[in-house]
This record gives sequence, C-alpha cells and structure tokens, in this order.
Amino acid sequence: MTELTKLTIAEALTGLEKKDFSAVELTQAHIDMMEKARHLNAFITETPDLALTQAAASDQRRADGQAGALDGIPLAIKDLFCTKGVRTTASSHMLENFTPTYESTVTEKLFADGAVMLGKTALDEFAMGSSNTTSYFGNVINPWRRDSDPATDLVPGGSSGGSAAALAARLCMGSTGTDTGGSIRQPASFCGVVGIKPTYGRCSRWGIVSFASSLDQAGMFARTIEDSALLLKSASGFDPKDSTSAQKDVPDWPTMLESGVKGRKIGVPKEYNVDGMPAEISKLWQRGIDWLKEAGAEIVDVSLPHTKYALPTYYIIAPAEASSNLARYDGVRYGLRVEGEDLTDTYEKTRAAGFGEEVKRRIMIGTYVLSAGYYDAYYIKAQKIRRLILQDFEKAFEQCDALLTPTAPSSAFAIGENEDDPIKMYLNDVFTVPASLAGLPGLSVPAGLSENGLPLGLQVIGKAWDEQTVLQVGRAIEQAASFTAMPQLNMQKAA
Amino acid sequence: MAQLIKGETGDWEIVIGMEVHAQIIAQSKLFSGASCQFGAAPNSQVSTVDAAMPGMLPVLNGHCVAQAVRTGLGLNAKINHYSVFERKNYFYPDLPQGYQISQFLHPIVGEGKIEIDLPDGTVKEIGITRLHLEQDAGKSLHDQHPRKSYVDLNRSGCALMEIVSEPDLRGPEEAAAYLAKLRMILRYLETCDGNMEEGSMRADVNISVRRPGAPYGTRCEIKNVNSVKAVQAAIEYESRRQVDLIEDGKTITQETRLWDPNKGETRSMRSKEEAHDYRYFPDPDLLPLEIDDAMIDKIRDSLPELPDQKKHRFMETYGLGLYDAGVLITERARADYFETTANDRDPKMAANWVINELLGILNKNAIAITDSPISAAKLGGLIDLIADNTISGKIAKDVFAEMYETGKDAAAIVDEKGLKQVTDTGAIEKIIDEVLAENPDNVAAYKGGKDKLFGFFVGQVMKKTQGKANPAAVNDILKAKLD
Repeated sequence: MTELTKLTIAEALTGLEKKDFSAVELTQAHIDMMEKARHLNAFITETPDLALTQAAASDQRRADGQAGALDGIPLAIKDLFCTKGVRTTASSHMLENFTPTYESTVTEKLFADGAVMLGKTALDEFAMGSSNTTSYFGNVINPWRRDSDPATDLVPGGSSGGSAAALAARLCMGSTGTDTGGSIRQPASFCGVVGIKPTYGRCSRWGIVSFASSLDQAGMFARTIEDSALLLKSASGFDPKDSTSAQKDVPDWPTMLESGVKGRKIGVPKEYNVDGMPAEISKLWQRGIDWLKEAGAEIVDVSLPHTKYALPTYYIIAPAEASSNLARYDGVRYGLRVEGEDLTDTYEKTRAAGFGEEVKRRIMIGTYVLSAGYYDAYYIKAQKIRRLILQDFEKAFEQCDALLTPTAPSSAFAIGENEDDPIKMYLNDVFTVPASLAGLPGLSVPAGLSENGLPLGLQVIGKAWDEQTVLQVGRAIEQAASFTAMPQLNMQKAA
Repeated sequence: MAQLIKGETGDWEIVIGMEVHAQIIAQSKLFSGASCQFGAAPNSQVSTVDAAMPGMLPVLNGHCVAQAVRTGLGLNAKINHYSVFERKNYFYPDLPQGYQISQFLHPIVGEGKIEIDLPDGTVKEIGITRLHLEQDAGKSLHDQHPRKSYVDLNRSGCALMEIVSEPDLRGPEEAAAYLAKLRMILRYLETCDGNMEEGSMRADVNISVRRPGAPYGTRCEIKNVNSVKAVQAAIEYESRRQVDLIEDGKTITQETRLWDPNKGETRSMRSKEEAHDYRYFPDPDLLPLEIDDAMIDKIRDSLPELPDQKKHRFMETYGLGLYDAGVLITERARADYFETTANDRDPKMAANWVINELLGILNKNAIAITDSPISAAKLGGLIDLIADNTISGKIAKDVFAEMYETGKDAAAIVDEKGLKQVTDTGAIEKIIDEVLAENPDNVAAYKGGKDKLFGFFVGQVMKKTQGKANPAAVNDILKAKLD
C-alpha cells in the first residue's frame, strides 16, 4: 500500500490541485494495488490502459484550469453499469462477451466530472445475492479476516461485493454500486466502508442492467461520508431517458455535512430488534443511539409494524420484475447462444447454460407469482403490503427526521456459509429491504468492529429526497465512531 | 341487415366482434426515437431500446398519446384520465424484450360508438369497447432461407392502437362496413393511414353463431385476415363451419384460428387450454399515464369535421342524396374537392361532375384526387361555362377530357377551339333553313307523321355547327318551322 492509496477523495483532490502528485501517479498507484490484490477477485475486467489514458487527459485538463469536480479520481465501476466499449457482464455467463455501444448515465456523469475508470467489479449474477457467491466469474474475497480464524475467506457481501471489497482493499478511491434490496448497504457494512443508496429516482437507471426496475437504484461506495457525498452529487440528477428518474434539483451535499444533529429527532424502530440478533449487533446499535444522543439528537421510539412482511414482499416483487426483465436474454440478438434443435430448444439451452442457479430460482419464483391464478394472491397482495410499508415510514417520519438501525444482522460470513438454505441468505437483507420497498434513501456507515475484528455498519434511513439529513446523521456517527481500522490486507490467498 | 345462415335445422345469426390494430402516424416509435417509416431496409430503424439491449429503458412518446386521445374522441369514446402500461410476457424472436408493452386493465380510451353505412342505405350504430396503446412486434421472415428464419425489427416498438368493438356486427357486409368506416375516421383524424396492404391496419375477427335472439355462442378468434375481402371471406367460411358443427351435434371449442387465404379456410392455431399465460403486470419502467381535461379539450378543439358529420351536412346544406353524400365523404380530400367545386354553384351539378366524370377518370387511371390534373377550381370553371350557356353539357365533356390531358382552363380550351355555343337565333335559323332545304324528302315525311325525324334534323344542324348550336334554341326554331 502506498501513501496515495490511503488518501480520501477529498484529500486526493487537494493534492492534485496542489500538484503534490498527478492523476497518472494516483491512478498508477491503484493499478499497482489491483495487481497485488488480484486474488480477491474484485474485478471482472481491469482497464488499466483506459485508466491511464483518462488520467493523462485529466492532468491536461487540470493544467488547463478545466478540472471537473472529480477530476483524476480513480473509481471502480460495478459490472452492472454499461460502459461504452468495455465489456459489461452483470457477472453472468449470459453476457460474458457483451460489450455495450453506449455508456450508462451514471458513469457518463462521473466521467464528465473527470473520474477515471480502473475496471469493472464483480457482483452477484445480475445483482441477485448477498454474498457475491453467485457470480459466474467466481467468488470475491473480503479483504477483512476474522482475528480468530484468519485462514478463512469471508464474503464481501452483495450484490455489489466487488465494489466494496476493491474500495476496502485500497484498489480504488470510490466505486459505484446498485442497491435493490440492500446491495450497497450490506456489502458496505461487511467491508467497513460507507455505502449510500439515494432515493429511488435520484440517479438514472438508464444503462444499468435491470434486475427489479421498481427497486433498482444506483449509489456509491466511499471511505468517508464526505467522499460519498462528492460522488453521489456527481452521479445524481434527472435523466429524460429514464421515466422513473425524478425532476429534482441536486443539493450541494458536500458542503452540508457539518451541521451536526443537535435537536434532530432520530427514530429507533422497535421492529428491527429481530429474534436471534447477535448481541454485538444490538450493542453496536445502542452505541450508535448513545453517540447521537451525546451529539445533541433526540431519540424517539417509533414503530414500523409491517416490517416483518418486508422480506416476503420483496421476494415476490423483485423476482416478478426480474423474471420479465431477464426475458430479453434469449440468445437471439446478443449474448450467449447455445444452438438447439429448434427455436424453443435454443431458448431452453441458452437460458439453462447462461443463467446460474440463483438467477434461475428467482426467474421461476417471479414467473410463478405472475401466473394466472396466483397473480392476485402473490403479486397484488405484495404490492398492497408494499404500500403499507411505505405508510409505516411516512407515519414514523411524522415523529422523526431519520431512522437509525443496524445495516445487517451479522458481520461478514465465510464463503460457503448460508449456502445450504436460500431463505437464510435472504435474511441478510432484513434491515435494508424495507427502505428499498419504500424507495427511501439509506446509508451504511462503519461504526465499529465485531468481537472477531470484522467491521460492522449502522444504517441511517431518511425521508424521500432527504439524503442531506441521511448524510448529516452519517457524518455524526462517523465522527463519534472514528473508525480507523483497516483490513489486514493479507495479500496471500488463504489456504 | 343481419344476414342469417340457413341451416338444416333453421336460421342462424352470425355475431362478430372486431379487434383492429391501427399503426399510429408518428415520426418515431411508442417508446423510442427510431423512425417507423414503412419500407426501409431491414433492421435499419432499430434503436438500442427497440433491440432490448441491457439497461435500455422506454420513454413514452407524447405524440402517440395525443393521437390515441384524438382517435378516442373521433370514436365518440370516453377518454380515461388514468391509464397504465403493462407488460404482456411471451417469448418470440420478433419480440426482443420478451414482453410487449401494452395496456390491459386500464386502457387510455373507454367505451364509444360509431355509425356504419350499410349497402341497403340504412345506418347502424356499433359499440366500441375500448382503445388501448401498445407496441408492435418485429417481423419474422420465414421464406428467405431454406432452414433459417430472419427477423426484421423495424416495426418492433412502433405504436399501435388496438380498437376493440362490441359484438354488434351481424355478418360479412356489416364487418366490411365497420372496417370501411373505421378506416375513414382514422384517415380523417390522420392518426392511421389505414393501409391494410402495408399492414398498418390489421383485423382479428371474433365469430360465433346463435339462434336469432338466443344468448351468444362460443366464439373463435380468426387471425391473419389482411384485407376487407379476406375478412368477409373468413366470416362466410367460419360461420358456416360453426353452423355445420353444431348441426352435426358437435360443440364449438373456444380457440384461435388462422385464415388461410390460399385455401379459403380457417384452421386451428391454439385452443383456450393452450392459450398463453401472458403474466400481465404493470411495467415498472413506466409511470401510470395521467391526462388532464386541458389536454383533452385542446385535442378536441383541433378535431376535423368527421365523416358522419360531413355526410349529414352535405345532405342538409347541398341537398344531396345519401348515396352521393356517402361517396363524396369517403376521403377528406374528396369532400374538400367537392366543396371547392360546389362553391357558389349548383351543388348537384358539382356532385355529378365530381362523382361521374372526375372520379370515373381518376379511378380508371388509379390517380388520387390530390394528384388530379384538374383542380377543383378549374372544374368549377367548366361548370360555370355550362351554367351560363357558353357551352353545352355535351361539349363540356370534350372540354373536360381536354382539361384532363393538358391541365388547361376550360375557358382557354373553349376559346382556342372555338367551342363557344351559338345562341344567335338568326344564325341558327339560317342553318336550319339550309338543312330543311337540303332534305325536302325528310321534311315531307316528317310532316306526313314521321315524328322521329325531328332528331335527324337536330343532328344535321349540330353537325353543321360542330355541336356548338344551343340545343334549346335549335329545338324551338325547328319546331316553329316544321309544325
């Protein structure tokens, strides 16, 4: 690890401006780290040449006095964002050789502000998973290890596990993610970084490979709240190409972070105190409550009575949308094709070979819940409960400005754990799914270490379009927690 | 004029409902910016959205929404302020997304009605159930290669209106009249070109039979009927097939059948049990569509006079009969032509000239009225020359032919060729005297009672004047001289 890879984005921007180092040097430092940490399998596609070209252009812009808000900052891009001329796989065999002719709106905006792309990071296949173990390109390894058992490889969480792991391992300065039910917040918690999912409609979905359209939302990973605010500001904004993107002005979040939480009301939802929650998670949550109290916030007990229905609701709506969104991968126009006897056989062979187990499972669940005779009992019912969950939040926000909860019910688990039972795996998202169903902004901020020395995050959930408060509360926790721990960065693959 | 089928066991009534797919006239597709011009090279009008590339999203084309509202108003239908786009899921190579974006539970247009004009001169009201917006699929080409099928995605994503009628039609004539009127309305509104040959208007026909007055029978849906003639033939065939089955003691199975234009028969495509489960659900990429009264009113204010309104006005204002009015309103351009021609002139004379002479020669040469070599104003000029006795109706037909060939004004042709009618009674009298002098035998015969010879004398006078003598004057003077 070089000094340059320890910097925050804000520090790096200052250094670049002061000519302490160049964008090319900054990028090269990260490329070197990527090479050293390749066993983590965080990247599906590395783009060092492109990165260095972009960095050189950035240095030129800065010399010309035309540097953008993120000029020269090397980022990793989740391989769900289509990148023009760079292979985009969604971690699926189906798109193993797919190279888009277009750039997603989010990456377009980041690059327009001068960001540099180091490569495309691994994810659960089509973003379906909480462990990064469903990728066609192999598991991603969390750079963190248990104190007691350093030989065991842990998952980085998912689905945006590659982006979280790459950032935690100092392979990039920030990264993009997408969050459908917790796919940014849970890996952020597992990898000890900040992860923010803004309000649904804040970032354009155009050019992001769809999983569940009514839930998918782009967001950012960064090492600090300030960095995440910088990245999110760049990536946000209305896009006429996405009918669900909102015509809302983007606040200047990076300048709004230091307001403190004095007098703010923070809600603590009792329903998040789930059965069997590990004591260390409860303790962390309480510590977070105490920190905010000490910082002058008022703690309010609130109730979100329909919370227990959130996971089942999510596992009807998300697969239903996915089953339809993934119908386009049929081997006819692009992507994998396995020739069969006839058309139907080609469809069946292509999709059988192209999709992994988890994706197939969700396509089947989704197809089932949308079928004639089951649609009302499942899909319509789930939509009604989704409405009730949203109303829960709206009621709670009459009493408070933001909610504080744990991000995930555990720290990072070992690769292979929870694999026997999909339901057990789905429980990882128990705290993140409700806010996704309600389209609300949520953030995970590192708040401490587990007894085993693994990072744990706290989640802040805000009102729709109030990322500002979410970031401010996150900043207060960040200050109180002063989380400085870093992964041991074992550069050798464990046995 | 319900057409009954005579069966072995008595009369049967045919019950028909139509589902018409009409392609919206628009610069671009329903959810993408690609063009939907007909006839372009295969796959040359396909955006990344139409090809369903990963991460591509639909954006609704506002013009298509306005066109659907416009059509709804033209069908005297209720415009729904709230409608929802849903996905109809099925796999086929010409359906890139794996689903068609359509409207299901909440269509943009609700119930309406139109009048159809039947050949016996009566008018019947047909209910419209709904109109909804949806994407067209691409085109599968199975005849380009011995083993392979090709797909052309140019049409994929073009905007369609599906217009569903009530089961109010009672036979092939009514079905044909319905299609004709619907096409006329769409063309007046300029929301669809109604071209069945190019596939911009397509019909699925739901057919059942029953004893007159009995409850509806089991229906079959007939697909692939691509012309008005095919619709009529398919109805004739299918209704007979159903009657024969029932009279044989068998039952009709609800199914989708395909019209085979070569064999002239329908055949089973898939039964109700084999019907697709389309797994409709609201498209999460699109928000519900909300339309306010201001938009509807604005579109309503821009509507042209519709065919039926025009027909009634022509009958009342110009005193035309139902048939003439019906012929003249068939196309908006034709009606406009007539009105320009009839301006300040005898409307019946104008109608006769437009219908009998102009449409006759245009149809013979397959020329659209908008490309007519004789403009409405020029035809009016010709009618003026007849009205003020400058030329006779007979000469006018020659002048008309000349106008059609050269595009010249009627007056110029009359001048050039010296076709001006002779109305000078002195001159006519002189010629009559000549004729009578030259034909003493016939004069004697006439006076002896051969009345028919009067026509002979008229003919001779006309011959000597090259047809220019005023026929009425010739008649009068001849009568005076001979009687």
